[in-house]
Amino acid sequence: MDHNTLLLFAGIGGLLLLASLIGRLLKWRAGPAPHAVIDNLNARINAWWVMVLVIGLAFVFGKLGVILLFYCVSFYALREFLTLTPTRRGDYPALVAAFYVALPVQYLLIAMDWYGLFSIFIPVYLFLLLPILASFGGDTTRFLERASKVQWGLMIAVYCLSSVPALMTLDIPGFEGRNLLLIAWLILVVQISDVLQYVCGKLFGKRKVAPRLSPSKTLEGLLGGVALATLIGATLFWITPFTFWQAALMALTVNVMGFFGGLVMSAIKRDRGVKDWGHMIEGHGGMLDRMDSVCFAAPVFFHFVRYWWA
Amino acid sequence: MLAALTAFGITSVARLITGARALWLGCTPQPVQRLYYANHSSHGDFVLIWASLPQELRRHTRPVAGADYWQKPGIRQFLINRVFNGVLIDRQHSEAQSDPLQPIHAALEQGDSLIFFPEGTRNLGDEPLLAFKSGLFHLASAHPEVELIPVWIANLNRVMPKGRALPLPLLCTLSFGEPLQRLPDDSKHAFLERARLALLALAPKES
Repeated sequence: MDHNTLLLFAGIGGLLLLASLIGRLLKWRAGPAPHAVIDNLNARINAWWVMVLVIGLAFVFGKLGVILLFYCVSFYALREFLTLTPTRRGDYPALVAAFYVALPVQYLLIAMDWYGLFSIFIPVYLFLLLPILASFGGDTTRFLERASKVQWGLMIAVYCLSSVPALMTLDIPGFEGRNLLLIAWLILVVQISDVLQYVCGKLFGKRKVAPRLSPSKTLEGLLGGVALATLIGATLFWITPFTFWQAALMALTVNVMGFFGGLVMSAIKRDRGVKDWGHMIEGHGGMLDRMDSVCFAAPVFFHFVRYWWA
Repeated sequence: MLAALTAFGITSVARLITGARALWLGCTPQPVQRLYYANHSSHGDFVLIWASLPQELRRHTRPVAGADYWQKPGIRQFLINRVFNGVLIDRQHSEAQSDPLQPIHAALEQGDSLIFFPEGTRNLGDEPLLAFKSGLFHLASAHPEVELIPVWIANLNRVMPKGRALPLPLLCTLSFGEPLQRLPDDSKHAFLERARLALLALAPKES
C-alpha cells in the first residue's frame, strides 16, 4: 500500500476511535438499562470496525483482493435480494444461471479487464437468457414479474456493485497504479454520507422527506449529510485524479445517487413487508442495507470517471 | 468418529448454503422432551431443523423418516442410522395388523425428542400446507407429557426444489412457535386442524 492509502486508513481509524469513544460515553451517561438508539449506534460502530478491517485486508491484496471482496459482497446481496422476492419452481434454471454463471463470469470479466463484455454481459446477454431459461419451465403465472425479479436482482447486486472493482480496470493518465484510492474515495464518501445523514437526522431531523418509503429519512438529515459528505469528498481531492471542485461535484453526484438508491431499495423492502434485507451485519441489517447507496452511486461514478478521465 | 465428522460436515454445509436462521418465537431451546412438527417440502427439511438446534439438544433429537427412502444399503442407510440416528417408519403399511407408528412410540418412551412431518409426504404443490395425517394426533394422545412445537421452515423448497441436484444459496428461516395447547375434549379432526393452523400461523405473509 502506498503512503496515501495508509494515511487514509489511519484517518478512518482515528474517526472510528472517536466514534467508539462517543458511543461508550453516551452509553455510560444513559446508564446500564438497554437503550434502543444508543445500543444500535454502538452495534453499528462495532460493525464498522469489522467492515473497515475487511476492506483494508482486501486492499493489501490489491486488484485481486478487491475483486474477491466484491464478489462476496455481490453474492450476499444477490442472495438477500432473491430470498425476499419470491419466485416459482420454474425459475430454478434462471436462478442457477444467476448464482452460478452470471455472478462468477461478471467478476472474471472484470479480472480480465474486458470492458467490452463486462459492461453489457448482464444488461444484454443475461437479460435475454434469463427469460428464455424461465420459459422452459412452461409456467406462465406472473411470468413478466418473475423474469424482472431475477434480472433486477442481478443488475443491482452484481452489475451495479461490480462497478466498484471495475474502477481498477481504468487507465487514468497521471494516476497510474493508484486506482485503489479511487475505490477508497468512492466507498468512503458514499458511506460517510449515509452515516452523516443518519447523525444529522438524529440530531436535527424534523421534516420527513419520504414518510411512505423510508420513515427514518428526514430533510434535515438529507441536506446536512449530503453537504458534509460532499465537503469531505472535496477536501480528499488529493487522493483522486480530480481537482477540488471536480471532487466536490463528483461527491455531490454519488451522494445524491446514493440517497435515491436508499429510497428505491427501501420501497422494495416496504412492499415485501420487511424493515431490513437481512441480518448479517449487526446493527445495520443485511448486506444490501449497507450497500444500497453504493449500488446506485458506483455505476454512475465509474462511467463518469471513464468518460472524462480515462 | 466418521459419523460425528459427517454430522459436523452436513450441519456446516447446511448452514453455509441456507444461512439457517432459527427464530425461537414461542419457546427457547431447552433440554425438555419435544416433538418438533414442521412443514415438509424437501429432503433437507429435517437436516435444517437438526442443524439449527444447539448441539446438546441435537444429540437427543431424532428425525422421523420414511423407511422406503432411507432403508437402502450404502450412504443413505449410514446417514439415517449412524449420523442422524433417525426413527424409520414403514409408510407403505406392508403388514396390515402392525402399527406403523410403533417405532415412534418406542423412541418417545425412551425420552427422545423427535422431528416429525405430519403431512406424511413432501408438499410439492402451490398449497402452503397439506392436510395432516392422523399420526400427530395418535402420538400426542399417547404421550401427553411431550411438548408439541410447530416449526415453520421458510424457503427451503426454493433452495432444493424436487428433482434438482444443485441447491440454490437462498436464505432459510426456521420459526419455532409456542408449544401446542392440549385440550382434554379435542376430537381427532379438531386437534389436527388446530395443530395445522398453529404451524401455518408461523409462515411469513405473502403479498
